[in-house]
Amino acid sequence: MNAVKLVAVFAENKPGQTARVTRILAHANLNIRWVTIASVGAFGVMKFLVDNAQLAYEALKHEGYVTTLLEVLAVEVSDQPGALHAVAECLAFHQINLENTSGFVANQRAILVLEVSDLARAREILQQQNLRVLTREEMLTL
Amino acid sequence: MFWDETHETLPRPDLERLQLQRLQETVRRVFARVPFYQRKFNDLGLTPEAIRSLADLRRLPFTTNADLRANYPAGLLAVPYDQTLRLHTSSGTTGKPKALFFSRQDVNNAAELCARAFIATGVRAGDVFQNMMTYGMFTGALVTHYGAEKVGCLVIPAGPGNSERQVMLMRDFGSTVIHLTPSYALYLATFLEKHGVEPRRDLQLRKAFVGAEPYTEETRRKIEEGLGLDVYNSYGLSEMNGPGVAFECEQKQGMHLWEDHFLVEILDPETDEPVPEGQSGELVLTTLCREAMPLLRYRTRDVTALITAPCACGRTHRRLHRITGRADDMLILRGVNIYPQQIERVLMAQPGIGRNYLIELTGLDEMTVKVELAEAGFGGQVEQLIALQKKLAEKLRAEILCKPTVQLVPPGDLPVSEGKAKRVVDRRQL
Repeated sequence: MNAVKLVAVFAENKPGQTARVTRILAHANLNIRWVTIASVGAFGVMKFLVDNAQLAYEALKHEGYVTTLLEVLAVEVSDQPGALHAVAECLAFHQINLENTSGFVANQRAILVLEVSDLARAREILQQQNLRVLTREEMLTL
Repeated sequence: MFWDETHETLPRPDLERLQLQRLQETVRRVFARVPFYQRKFNDLGLTPEAIRSLADLRRLPFTTNADLRANYPAGLLAVPYDQTLRLHTSSGTTGKPKALFFSRQDVNNAAELCARAFIATGVRAGDVFQNMMTYGMFTGALVTHYGAEKVGCLVIPAGPGNSERQVMLMRDFGSTVIHLTPSYALYLATFLEKHGVEPRRDLQLRKAFVGAEPYTEETRRKIEEGLGLDVYNSYGLSEMNGPGVAFECEQKQGMHLWEDHFLVEILDPETDEPVPEGQSGELVLTTLCREAMPLLRYRTRDVTALITAPCACGRTHRRLHRITGRADDMLILRGVNIYPQQIERVLMAQPGIGRNYLIELTGLDEMTVKVELAEAGFGGQVEQLIALQKKLAEKLRAEILCKPTVQLVPPGDLPVSEGKAKRVVDRRQL
């Protein structure tokens, strides 16, 4: 199964940085499907889900950015109360810590993007609970 | 192999006899010809005849940086102005520079000492020497240029900067030996990596003479790794001819100081007393062969120690330890004395960070160390970066005794130097 990959970029926390990074992605003709930016003090980390993570990585690296690829879990849950809770409780029961998590609803489908330390085990556990873990292709065609 | 085997391997008693004879000559000449020294001798009630042994060196007056500036432009000349052959100046950061004159013999001697040094590192006739130091008033490039020609190298007077052209020259002319500052060497290593040049495969570089700025063993290793060559440490200062005063041999265990040309003292900068053998102090040098502008007991402000043990190479001239700091570069933060090299040592030993760094002093007495993040140090998580900053701050605290703020920055964010690097910016409002 093709895991969902994000491209992560290290950048200074000052005006214009997001514009510079997204310009590079736009020039590489990459479509951004999802983004998160975390900043602490003088720097921040931007993470993008794009249609070609490897290409994004290379384009950013070429421009001198410190960048890396991250594997994450994209889980589809039902768009109703208690859905996130079910996922969280299931992972908690198996002592798996959620690092960074975000979620969105697209076309009536609720998607959670999870960063966990033990990705393979988390995937297995979620699948045992009959939760749908999306492949890269599914995630890009939502 | 030696350039001047007789002098380089002179037994110590013979060397000391030669030193005393040359010291006495120098003292007689400056007393007769340089009013500045005449006045100093008179103030001390001293005549040249009082110098009967090398131990009497300590009776002689010091010469300082300030004396050189006060006697600018030609006050310290010991030969008529029309017998001088070359002028160099020392990079003064404030006010007038220091003017240094060379006679024909001085130019030749300076080149001889460089030739000795080059042969000692394994350089031979036929090597291609790409000189990436600044040409012009600075001694760094011209003095080694003449030394390399003596040895019989093809000399490429490239000067610093324009890295693309430097690499082109290296490729097209098969440069085997380069001479550059440590900060530029680190920059060049990054440049090669970024442009996909693998030095071991694409270039013929074998050796680098790295000097003009103090640097650490860790930096030496990074340069050797990044440029695929052997790095030899060199020490010199314009006041003492420039480069080639002391130079490492193939053993790479400290720099042989040419003691038939310079008398060395290591003094406690507070008391002016000699430090116990092997301990660190300020390097004080007296020229023994300089014709145009002899200097007695010149205070270099550089902090180092003498290695007195014999060297496996067979040279009898004692060695200087790596310069651990320039007395002038020392920072005082919250009452603690700190040398930038201490900070560099910690940074260079930490994986996951780049080669460029900047020390900023701000506010009332705060230090921020900015250092570039490298890809190997980036896992995509903010938390890891914060942990890396904390770890570096802790390691720095252990080394310099006060805890700085460490700030990771993207590569290319810090000012890049192609000459002498500016590592410290002081913006304190004290």
